Amino acid sequence: MIFLDHLINGLSLGSIYAIIALGYTMVYGIAKMLNFAHGDVIMVGAYIAFCGLQYWGLPPVVAFLVAMVFCTLLGVTIEGLAYRPLRQATSLAVLITAIGMSYLLQNIALMIWGANPKAFPTTFINDTSLHLGQLNISSATLITIMANVVIMVTLTLFTSRTKLGKAMRCVSEDRGAAELMGINVNRTISLTFAIGSALAAIAGVLLCSSYPILQPTTGSMPGIKAFTAAVFGGIGSIPGAMLGGVLLGVIEIFGKAYISTELGDAIVFAVLIVVLLVKPAGLLGKPMREKV
Amino acid sequence: MMTKAKRKRLIYNLITFGLVIAAYLILQNMIDAKAISRSLKGLLVPICAWIVMAVSLNLVIGFSGELSLGHAGFMSIGAYTGAIVSGWFLSAFDMQDPTLRLILAILISGVVAGIFGALIGIPVLRLRGDYLAIVTLAFGEIIRNLVNVLYVGTTDGKLYFSFLNKNLPEGVTMLVDGAKGAVKIKPISTFTIGFALIILTLIIVLNLVNSRAGRAIQATRDNRIAAESMGVSVTKYKMMAFVTAATLAGMAGALYGLNSSTVVPTQFTFNQSINVLVFVVLGGLGNVLGSVISATFLTVLPEILREFADYRMLVYAVVLILVMIFTNNPLIRSMMNRLFGPVRTLLRGKQKKAPGGDAE
Amino acid sequence: MKKLIALALALVLALTVCTAFADEPITLKIAHIGPTTGAAALYGLATQHGAEIAVDEINAAGGKYRIELINEDDEHNVEKVINAYNAALDAGAQMILGSTTSKPCEAAGAKGYEDRVFFLTPSASSVNVIEDKDNVFQVCFTDPNQGSASAEYIAEHKLGTKIAVIFNNADVYSTGIRDTFVQKCPELGLEIVSEETFTDETTDFTVQVGKAQEAGAEIVFLPMYYTPASLILKTAAAKNYKPIFFGVDGMDGILDVEGFDKSLAEGVMLLTPFVATSEDEKVKSFVAAYQAKFNETPIQFAADAYDGIYILAAAAEKAGITAEMTAEEACDLLIAAILDLSYEGITGSMTWDESGAVTKTPMAATIVNGVYVFED
Repeated sequence: MIFLDHLINGLSLGSIYAIIALGYTMVYGIAKMLNFAHGDVIMVGAYIAFCGLQYWGLPPVVAFLVAMVFCTLLGVTIEGLAYRPLRQATSLAVLITAIGMSYLLQNIALMIWGANPKAFPTTFINDTSLHLGQLNISSATLITIMANVVIMVTLTLFTSRTKLGKAMRCVSEDRGAAELMGINVNRTISLTFAIGSALAAIAGVLLCSSYPILQPTTGSMPGIKAFTAAVFGGIGSIPGAMLGGVLLGVIEIFGKAYISTELGDAIVFAVLIVVLLVKPAGLLGKPMREKV
Repeated sequence: MMTKAKRKRLIYNLITFGLVIAAYLILQNMIDAKAISRSLKGLLVPICAWIVMAVSLNLVIGFSGELSLGHAGFMSIGAYTGAIVSGWFLSAFDMQDPTLRLILAILISGVVAGIFGALIGIPVLRLRGDYLAIVTLAFGEIIRNLVNVLYVGTTDGKLYFSFLNKNLPEGVTMLVDGAKGAVKIKPISTFTIGFALIILTLIIVLNLVNSRAGRAIQATRDNRIAAESMGVSVTKYKMMAFVTAATLAGMAGALYGLNSSTVVPTQFTFNQSINVLVFVVLGGLGNVLGSVISATFLTVLPEILREFADYRMLVYAVVLILVMIFTNNPLIRSMMNRLFGPVRTLLRGKQKKAPGGDAE
Repeated sequence: MKKLIALALALVLALTVCTAFADEPITLKIAHIGPTTGAAALYGLATQHGAEIAVDEINAAGGKYRIELINEDDEHNVEKVINAYNAALDAGAQMILGSTTSKPCEAAGAKGYEDRVFFLTPSASSVNVIEDKDNVFQVCFTDPNQGSASAEYIAEHKLGTKIAVIFNNADVYSTGIRDTFVQKCPELGLEIVSEETFTDETTDFTVQVGKAQEAGAEIVFLPMYYTPASLILKTAAAKNYKPIFFGVDGMDGILDVEGFDKSLAEGVMLLTPFVATSEDEKVKSFVAAYQAKFNETPIQFAADAYDGIYILAAAAEKAGITAEMTAEEACDLLIAAILDLSYEGITGSMTWDESGAVTKTPMAATIVNGVYVFED
């Protein structure tokens, strides 16, 4: 029973990591950059949803949509202003810019919303629990896990079936060739950021519904964990991000439950290292081909 | 051709050493004349430590072309080792001379961090690019997690270590106290020793870079396959760069830790590694002098911005983004080159190339 | 009539002479050091704001002293706090109110011990902050005191015998209280049935709470700040687990978290020297001024800093500090003065001994219907 309880908690935490990791992995796959500011877009999304409910008196669904729209615009703006001028630059230069963007978002949030933590309204997702024997499963947990599955299926269909999705895959495969084939690379990358940031808003609301404390730094640690998850699963791969995220969440909870809460994070990272040593491209990543 | 390249290198090295020595002499004179503000004086030792951190990370990123995100982990090993060694020598051998203690602590910390560097490097250096980055990040976090549950005490000249629980004999003097970090350190770091450490670092790094091994390291960075087919043992040379960098980071850590009365694990987070990375990238990959200058400038900058108080970090973030865009956007760069071209070519030491940089 | 005018004139003259000869207020330069940016900004801003209220009041009252407050940010970082300290002294600070958090305060206090600078920290509660330093004093309780006081209170009031502890093992405050609490429990007949940890980055508490529940704990002791505590309360509610939650002074503020579901905190007990809803007149006026100026309810940190400024002013008066004195000259005078001082503040009546620790009595409060109820 207790084992099941831990498993469900792990799945729930892992699903949140997975949704965040999807954002990382998509941007990485297409723009070949580590968007370190992604974790902070999550935080912004959560704040907007919070404001929608608490200050503007919007119904939950509308507040949620407003957060998504806002994050989408934010993501596209960040890409256009800060990342696009660096399209030709080295990946490290882009990485540093992303880190700068992460600091910027955190400090703007600090200025607007202050340092005091806000309790994310539990009314967002109706706070009822499902009782199965001794098991208590909160609705936030259920919704998180379901949202994760829905998002992954939709994204997989989108990238494999639609024209835009196919364009994204082309750009990811070979940017130069895609451009020659008449694909608008800049627009495709913008689209990727739009989708990734909308996902970040969803992740933000889900994260804060399960763990209802909202601070300017809320996004950073889940961001790093999710980034790890994306690499774990094979960065650039959508099912990989999903698998990596869920596994990471489950390992974290089991590590804490059965080994030690003190070493929880160390265990997560140790497992990651072992996996990467055995499968250097991550669980579902494509092994790199070398051209001579 | 060779001689011209050699002369150019010599000039670059002379400029680097000359600037560092000149800065030291000026500052030391200011200290002697008491013509220095408290704030600036307090910053000197940390600046030395950050310069050594930046130059050593540059060895890994700029020359060997591997992105490491766990450099602060080695610094933390150095800081803790330094605190333990210094505290132990003081109590066990009654070694009162602070300079001798500091030098020994720095050397031992370097060795310990180097050993960890080798242990971590063996598995890690098999990976490439972003995977290597994430694993070094993971190691940094693991080190922080482990140090957080480490307890070290000393009594009667003996050292006691304990892990997870505070199982130490009665009456020990605590040196490392779990989450409380290394406690009751006697601050013994001095600017002169810090300066000496910078010079040592520059000698090691510049010599390594310009040696046969250094050329091999750069060859593996520029084209791994070509280098391998020429018979260069890639892993061996990457390992050499990685372990050297870890050793230097450990020394910097000891200098940094022994400058304060306490050291905590939270000082050496992933963010700290990123800070050092920012020093390196802003200074220019593979540019040692650039690392020295940017480490100094970026350590001083937040202090200059103090009067802006709450807007400080905001300004810092904006500056960071703008600098990256201005130095890396091809349009703006060609404009800048036309303006400052002659100066730049004089200052530029090495060709720059990013790890795994597939751009251009 | 003439006499009257003459009298009036004399009176006016006397008054002008009086005001002309009345002492110009002496300007004291006090530096507040605390994290006003970064992850711990919440605490540093609270102490800064609390101090500002006290400074405003003292300056408006126009007594012997005028206070000039110098604010320096330490980012809750052991390296930066030394920069902040140096910057404060460069700006002419004569004494220091700070640092807000324990580790930075420990580092800066040690530097101040060498340089002879007087420190009064509002809220850095670790023992290491005051240990081996004669120049550092605290407004708040030392952590071990809180740990043993909590254990004693639980035993005395027979709240239960099976206790679970959840604490932040990366935090000095949390581990400091936990260490003495756990030490004290066996001698009082209390049994620790489960002990779990977390760190600053932890968001998921299902394991920690689950283990406490599994072990059948009647009391869950939470030596931590209110941010993680609110997550623990939420997790417990989701698990339908209802023990007595027992907190410490860092728990105050939980009711004022914007959007917090107060029903989660129903029945939570805590030992604290200050609550914002107190009926005490001084507390009421402080809370009102704070709300008017900063548009939020002060937490205990703010109250400690508010008292801190008044204590510094009182000690300065006792020591006869003048505007010309440097920090070094003032240090020993202030140490002598504070040992002699007893101060009645909004966080209780306080005295100090040579160790630097404060003596005051905590009050036990229970949260009932979303407000604190005191018991004696």
